[in-house]
Amino acid sequence: MTKKNIRVLVAKPGLDGHDRGAKVVSRALRDAGMEVIYTGLHQTPKQIVETAVQEDVDVIGLSLLSGAHLTLFQNVMNCLKKRGMEHILVTGGGIIPQEDLDELKKIGIKRVFGPGTPIDTIVDYIQGSVNK
Amino acid sequence: MKKEIAQIKKEREKWDIQVQNSLQKKPERNRKFTTLSDIPLSGLYTPLDTQDMDYPTDLGFPGKEPYTRGIHPTMYRARLWTMRQFAGFGTAEETNQRYKYLLSHGETGLSVAFDYPTLYGYDTDHPLAKGEFGKCGVAISSLQDMEILMDGIPLDKITTSMTINGPAAILWAMYIATAEKQGMPKDQIGGTIQNDILKEYIAQKSFIFPPTPSMRLIIDTFEYGFKHVPQWNTISISGYHIREAGSTAVQELAFTLADGLAYVRAAMNRGLAIDDFAYRLSFFFNSHNDFFEEIAKFRAARRIWAREMKKLGAQKPRSLWMRFHTQTAGCTLTAQQPENNIVRVALQGLAAVLGGTQSLHTNSMDEALALPSKKAVRIALRTQQIIAEETGVTHTIDPLGGSYYLEWLTNQMEEETYHYFEKIETLGGVIPAIEKAFFQKEIAKSAYRYQKEIDQKQRIVIGVNEYALDEPPAIPLLKIDAEGEKRQLARLKKLRADRNKEKADRALLSLQRAAKGNENLMPYILTSVHAYATLGEICNVLRNVFGEYQEPIIY
Amino acid sequence: MTQLITQLLKGESAALARLITLVENNSPTVPEVMKAIHKHTGTAHIIGVTGTMGTGKSTLIGAVTRAYRKRDKTVGIVGIDPTSCFSGGALLGDRIRMQDLATDPGVFIRSMGTRGVLGGLTSSIYDVVELLDASGKDIVIVETVGVGQSEIDIAKMADTTIVVTVPGLGDSIQTMKAGITEIADIFVVNKADQPGADETVLQLQQMLCMNHLDEWQIPVIPLSSIKGTGISEVINAINNHMDFLTETNHLRKRRRTRYESELLALIKKKVMHFVLDESRLQGTIESMVDTISRKEMDPHSAAEKILKGILA
Repeated sequence: MTKKNIRVLVAKPGLDGHDRGAKVVSRALRDAGMEVIYTGLHQTPKQIVETAVQEDVDVIGLSLLSGAHLTLFQNVMNCLKKRGMEHILVTGGGIIPQEDLDELKKIGIKRVFGPGTPIDTIVDYIQGSVNK
Repeated sequence: MKKEIAQIKKEREKWDIQVQNSLQKKPERNRKFTTLSDIPLSGLYTPLDTQDMDYPTDLGFPGKEPYTRGIHPTMYRARLWTMRQFAGFGTAEETNQRYKYLLSHGETGLSVAFDYPTLYGYDTDHPLAKGEFGKCGVAISSLQDMEILMDGIPLDKITTSMTINGPAAILWAMYIATAEKQGMPKDQIGGTIQNDILKEYIAQKSFIFPPTPSMRLIIDTFEYGFKHVPQWNTISISGYHIREAGSTAVQELAFTLADGLAYVRAAMNRGLAIDDFAYRLSFFFNSHNDFFEEIAKFRAARRIWAREMKKLGAQKPRSLWMRFHTQTAGCTLTAQQPENNIVRVALQGLAAVLGGTQSLHTNSMDEALALPSKKAVRIALRTQQIIAEETGVTHTIDPLGGSYYLEWLTNQMEEETYHYFEKIETLGGVIPAIEKAFFQKEIAKSAYRYQKEIDQKQRIVIGVNEYALDEPPAIPLLKIDAEGEKRQLARLKKLRADRNKEKADRALLSLQRAAKGNENLMPYILTSVHAYATLGEICNVLRNVFGEYQEPIIY
Repeated sequence: MTQLITQLLKGESAALARLITLVENNSPTVPEVMKAIHKHTGTAHIIGVTGTMGTGKSTLIGAVTRAYRKRDKTVGIVGIDPTSCFSGGALLGDRIRMQDLATDPGVFIRSMGTRGVLGGLTSSIYDVVELLDASGKDIVIVETVGVGQSEIDIAKMADTTIVVTVPGLGDSIQTMKAGITEIADIFVVNKADQPGADETVLQLQQMLCMNHLDEWQIPVIPLSSIKGTGISEVINAINNHMDFLTETNHLRKRRRTRYESELLALIKKKVMHFVLDESRLQGTIESMVDTISRKEMDPHSAAEKILKGILA
């Protein structure tokens, strides 16, 4: 077998236009040997999930800085469930207060990477989780 | 003079040797020292570094060309900068309360933050607005919401800045209509609309329409403002967002000024006289961590703008003034040990004041986590007040002027800005450069480099990659009222039911016809707004005529 | 595996996606899958789209897809981006331009990295195209990096090859690598609203007149997404080309060329895997390289020795 690349979908759900983080993380994951599909701004949960299906990704990384994370991340998880894609690791980043992290854990997003996270932390988490 | 310089040069050479000797025993902390824009720095600046400068032509006096030291002869001695805290969340009534709170605590101007649906020209009941209502700003879907937002606020005594771009003309019309309903004629009200679409394509990304119709709308506002709302700044040409997206200080300076000159040329192409609209162009800069680089940036900005506007034919002194608002850098705030942000903001605010800003917003310490709580925003406001009243830096104009380092750095930034101007020219100008993704690529490169430097500890962020603690932040955060969305939806529903539908439809139809032609659209937008057509309805008309913008792909 | 194949033939995107992944990863189950589906291929019209960076290939493909969807045709799209030879990773961004199509059940978009094969066209692309074909797509579009050998590779694989250029690259048309003009079935001048568009179209038309052509007259079509012009001409040209291919003998010829290239590529791949199998070589290559470095042997003799050893 050829070396398997980890495939990651970096997605920005909703209207949030802050893409600095998503772009930096995309480049960093590429530099760590992953294949990164970045779908740009203003993605609906349905678009994100269908893309994840077609691209057969291992990971979905949701980036959100507009405060709408509880609604939008929940919608993505619901769509994933409907599509039978719960095996995909979903993680996220952006401006997400500590107190919402428990809520996100409950819906299946176990870790979220907020401001100040070193890139290697994200890379290690993905590599560690996907290879299990 | 020459003899003195030769003497200093000799002494400098001796001193350099002394430095080398000292370094043998104690090497420097870094391999090289640079500004955040990667400008390499010497250990010491002397008259040698500014020997080619001519005080009258390069520095001059405040209030006189080239305005390096300030645009007014009295600056803060006569009037302090406006303390203008960007604010907005949830419903109009909640934000109205916050405005009154801030005013009661001494802020001297208002600044409106809108939520994402509003920024993109969607009403709260639009499907894309689900979950986004009120989260990062106030939701304004109609004139009624604007009236509530400004309720009890004397619009003839307070100026209001609105951070709105794609649908700026429409929100402006709502503000004008609100003032008129309060009994205030258009020529009595003052404020700013950001209305800077070029930097949206480059950085902030809250664009709606493609470049050509967007520029048309902007020039429409210049024209309308000059004729009917003369105290209004119809644009705030911004570098803040370019910086937040990851650019360096030099890029922020160069790209902002390039955008400004593009707007000026577009207005002149339409036949507007430069001295008619130039005075009402304003700017908006970031105040970031590198203390002296930021001050140099502001001073270079004033000098470059004055010179370039003169080249374009401006003759009135006020056409050459670079008037700017500053906001301390949001991207430097940390979620870890958030109290440290108070210190960062104080230093950044001080840099802006030493740089001669006309207006200032200081960030709150909790903004890497949420929108500002009452306490946090109060501290942010106090920060400005302490700088104003307790430090003494306002007692004299441009107090750092003449510093060898600062003057050298100001010159450097100007030089590098002109390099960028040349590059942009070869690409065909700002809009072609945007389409070729030139700015976006430069910004992404700088952003990536900055992150790598932090990860590799070449750049230290206290509390993040040095002196980090494992404690979660324990400060109370602002909660957005969950019921607010329901209230807003109910209000919208009632508005649509109660208004004169025929009147609104007629107004929208006239707007559509005018949009397809060449007339100034402001009167048509005003009529629509007065008829209580909603933001979404007005934007839809324009979307249908102008189309929507698709951005080029880069990382 | 049989379940996946059944689902694939029904057109289910999750199964299709999974199988593409197996192909990309050179899974040992791939030959079994490809054997099973080969007879279900042949109905899709394979279109290759090539051109240098910045010519708007993705925008064109999005527009073509939307036009075909209006005509009730299903479309499979493969976007290929270069894999970094340093990290082995890739930024795959071709689908950004087409995300409005992401939820259209009649469209399947997949992004692939070149994964270390020089020349821009991955070794697995033949299999991926067959999978899309077998899943029932009427049209399969392959977009490539557009540098070097890959343009020629695309031509071998596609029924119709579209070469995309933009105004202002006029000088580079002169310097265009020999071979591009020979592989193009259709030329598209994108961003035709920009200055120099008419000249570019003219230059291309003149250059194409000078080339030896079969009976197919290569059209040069200006396309402007701003003005909204050109897309129906492109669709017509694609359909006309397909008609031309089927009415003459060319479709069979092209497909033969494709299968020949695929066969040779597969043989090459299998042979290389066989030859470079470390369990067989056990460090032979390493020690041979040392020998060559010490000038004790030349590379040709070393190669002959290794092969003799393997084939014995």
